[in-house]
Amino acid sequence: MKAPNSRRRIGNLLTTIPTQVILIFFSILAIFPVYYMAVTAFKTRPDWLRDQFGLPNPFTLQNITDAFKEGEIPIWFGNSLIVTVASVIVSTAVSALAAYAIARFHFRGRAFYFNMMIALMVIPPAVLILPLFVLMVNIGLINTLPSVIIIYCGLLIPFSVYLLVSFFSSLPPELFDAASIDGCNNLDTFWRITLPLSIPALVTLIVVNALFVWNELLIALVFLQEESHMTLMPGLTLFKGHFTVNEPLIMAGTLIATIPMVLLYLFGQRLFVEGLTAGAIK
Amino acid sequence: MQEKKSSTGTGTSFRKIEPYLYLAPATILVVIVFLYPIIEIIHTSLLQNNANGIKTFGFTNYQLVFQDPVFWEALGNNGKLLLSVPILTVLSLLIAILLFEHVRGWLVYRGVIFLPYILAVPVVGLVFVYLLGLDGIINTLLKDVGLGFLVQDWLGSVKWVLPAISATIIYREMGFGMVLFLARLMSLEKEILEAAEIDGANFWQKHIYVTLPQLSAVIEFFVVVELITMLSWVFAYVFTMTSGGPGFASTVMELYIWKHAFAFRSPGIASALAVVLLAVTTVLIVLQLRLRRRSLEEVA
Repeated sequence: MKAPNSRRRIGNLLTTIPTQVILIFFSILAIFPVYYMAVTAFKTRPDWLRDQFGLPNPFTLQNITDAFKEGEIPIWFGNSLIVTVASVIVSTAVSALAAYAIARFHFRGRAFYFNMMIALMVIPPAVLILPLFVLMVNIGLINTLPSVIIIYCGLLIPFSVYLLVSFFSSLPPELFDAASIDGCNNLDTFWRITLPLSIPALVTLIVVNALFVWNELLIALVFLQEESHMTLMPGLTLFKGHFTVNEPLIMAGTLIATIPMVLLYLFGQRLFVEGLTAGAIK
Repeated sequence: MQEKKSSTGTGTSFRKIEPYLYLAPATILVVIVFLYPIIEIIHTSLLQNNANGIKTFGFTNYQLVFQDPVFWEALGNNGKLLLSVPILTVLSLLIAILLFEHVRGWLVYRGVIFLPYILAVPVVGLVFVYLLGLDGIINTLLKDVGLGFLVQDWLGSVKWVLPAISATIIYREMGFGMVLFLARLMSLEKEILEAAEIDGANFWQKHIYVTLPQLSAVIEFFVVVELITMLSWVFAYVFTMTSGGPGFASTVMELYIWKHAFAFRSPGIASALAVVLLAVTTVLIVLQLRLRRRSLEEVA
């Protein structure tokens, strides 16, 4: 009785130590670039040239204040915020309506529509930019925030519909029968029953979509070419062009751009994990 | 009587169009952002300028694309990036399985290793430009541990630039794979693993023969998502890290389309390139449909 037990304990120890070593190694790998960005942002340039590894010595806030003064970071930050909030609200609303139709109704073209959404998730945005650019020039939206908001909404719809269809279909159908007996029409059922029950899925979707929009570069680069209309990501690449020889200043810029998502992550780690694994795990 | 009849009449016809009303807003956006551009890009790719200045249909753009060595180099570079998918998958699996063993502090490890995935690609790109620079941390480390002969100008060397970008992509995407696999592992039935342990299976036997087969669906899912990433979503890495250089050594299809469309001002070539990329991704669309449909069999 005792022998297998102690053998197992030794076995456990033999796997635990290498396991911890491997995990610590990968954790350091994951965290080091973030650490590097954070410490460099608070270093003076001579300090950075002398020692890239260590903590700032002396510690300076100069880069952060310079980044706010010299670039147009406050404007870009505000633009990113507007674009992210607007795209996420609109795309979630229209996707929820479409997903409700797919999950609750039987109609001609339902399977085709749903399959089209799945297929569209694969289309590279690079394929779409040129016709969209011509379109935005023609309707006078080029270099305005609505141009990228419209495009982000479109890009977010396929995944959002897919995720919400899978969630809506998992709700018990008895609930909807009961609602229709109580005299709710379909829109009432959507608004009063489906949406409140789907809050976890909606929050997850909002978080994942916000991450996508905040971090997106290609669309923003093509459609917002004027410096005062940029969002943070193309702004940062421009910032890098201007200040190539001031590495701590550039790291201050990337740090500022990163903080909102890191905060969102710290508060809602579970939401990220759920949103990103949704659809794959059933 | 008459009235009642007509009201049920409008009722059924409303019921028929009702689902389409719900679909309308999303459909309008999808038509503007996906369907119209796809039709337009195919159309533009087939237009060619004739000597008298009149545009006619033809395959000149495609001929020019297929004769262009840079096109083949860009396509090949996307192909080389696909090679990092197996490495990425194995590493993510390894970490997920180790965490699944409920080692002390697994939640902290999960949080830390997932962190890179929430960083913006341009941010990761800009940070790695410094880490991989000639006087960057990676070369400094190599010198410090006596491996000075390995020192490279990682992003400036034709030979090393793609492996360096691959490593950067793996750095960011690994957290996603780990979280995905871990979530699936935690939904597995514990009894089977315990039975394997009681039967005397060691750590590796247990996971290779019992765990992995049960993960095959989610592994397939991750591989497809990452193949899509390597073809359709690497622009931001390449743009911020190398702008496609040195030469065209790290130019990928997305970047080459963008260059033709906006830097070289050759919309015909850009469109033909885009159609070729679209054709390549069609293979992935088939895979994607198969996978996603399987997880949603009851829906459509």
